[in-house]
Amino acid sequence: MTAPSLVDLSSIGRGFEDLALDSQAVFRQVLSAFSKPGEIQLAATDIESPEGLHPAAAAVLLALLDQDTRLWLSPAFTRGVAGAYLRFHTGCILTDNPQAADFVLARPDDLPRLSELSLGSEEYPERSATVVVQVDDLNNKDGWRLSGPGIDGQANLNVAGLDDSFLPVWRESQLHFPRGVDLIFTGADRLVAMPRTTRAEA
Amino acid sequence: MFHSVDNARFGDRQTWIKILARAPEHMLESALALVPAQSRTWLRRPETGLFMVQGRVGGTGNRFNVGEMTVTRCALRLACGTAGVAYIQGRSHHRAEMAALADALLQTDQYRPLIETALLEPVSGYLNEKTRDQARKAQSTRVDFFTVAREAGDPDAEEEGA
Repeated sequence: MTAPSLVDLSSIGRGFEDLALDSQAVFRQVLSAFSKPGEIQLAATDIESPEGLHPAAAAVLLALLDQDTRLWLSPAFTRGVAGAYLRFHTGCILTDNPQAADFVLARPDDLPRLSELSLGSEEYPERSATVVVQVDDLNNKDGWRLSGPGIDGQANLNVAGLDDSFLPVWRESQLHFPRGVDLIFTGADRLVAMPRTTRAEA
Repeated sequence: MFHSVDNARFGDRQTWIKILARAPEHMLESALALVPAQSRTWLRRPETGLFMVQGRVGGTGNRFNVGEMTVTRCALRLACGTAGVAYIQGRSHHRAEMAALADALLQTDQYRPLIETALLEPVSGYLNEKTRDQARKAQSTRVDFFTVAREAGDPDAEEEGA
């Protein structure tokens, strides 16, 4: 386990001011994001996210994690206090094994191969991994062309740090539909979702 | 994080957190009234839950679930960055907050001597007295069981053998 046994609490920032209402508000944003893939949502919170972890990524994970969920952190995040922060506030289980994780937090450059993550089963496809990718910038100016359920015609999504070479990886993870993973891209205080039903083209 | 070398009386943080967890509300209140109001940030607001208490209560020494107890916990941070935590029995959010505040203050050089003399000393005295009281009460009803060794030629054993 990567969980540090003793954490210096003075290095841990504040979580949600109002645990119930704030996490519901963020949950609503995540829900909207998954309903309308490619549409950028604002995750407005006043949490003190740890160094290296953007407010939106921290807010999404604070809202979604609990003591029954296993979280895998990519090497970029295991160095900092992000793991200790999320564990303190949510009680989540930190795991060393990305295949066993319910949630994955990564940067574009250390994203594990999506098809090797937990894809759920045919009976329970929802038991797959949700991948939170923290990027430096995301916008709707050109970039990938998204289509699929929840998208009226076509949407554009440009994710900094992920170019067209990501698209085969994404398609590979969709081969076993309904099994597959869902992506949440977060940049600063913004988030956008790409569920397994979304087709992305260059 | 720990300042265990500064003072040997209440030693490390574990010792004083244990005392603070059992400190009665009025003693916490009167001691913290001596300290100017501290601005604080909640790391974890007071929340009440259940803890399963395990004990080696059986004859064989194995752990056994004795029962659940109500525990309130919280964590806060002072303006200077020092964090304090509290886990107390019961549902009093106010008492948990004061215990966490005292824990944080005890980690600051400025307030540590004051909190030690105004809070830890009287509370540990009070707790010791309470323990002694309980021990006295228990002692007064103590019964020493002893077994009379049976003499050789146990009549039951003979009957069975017959």
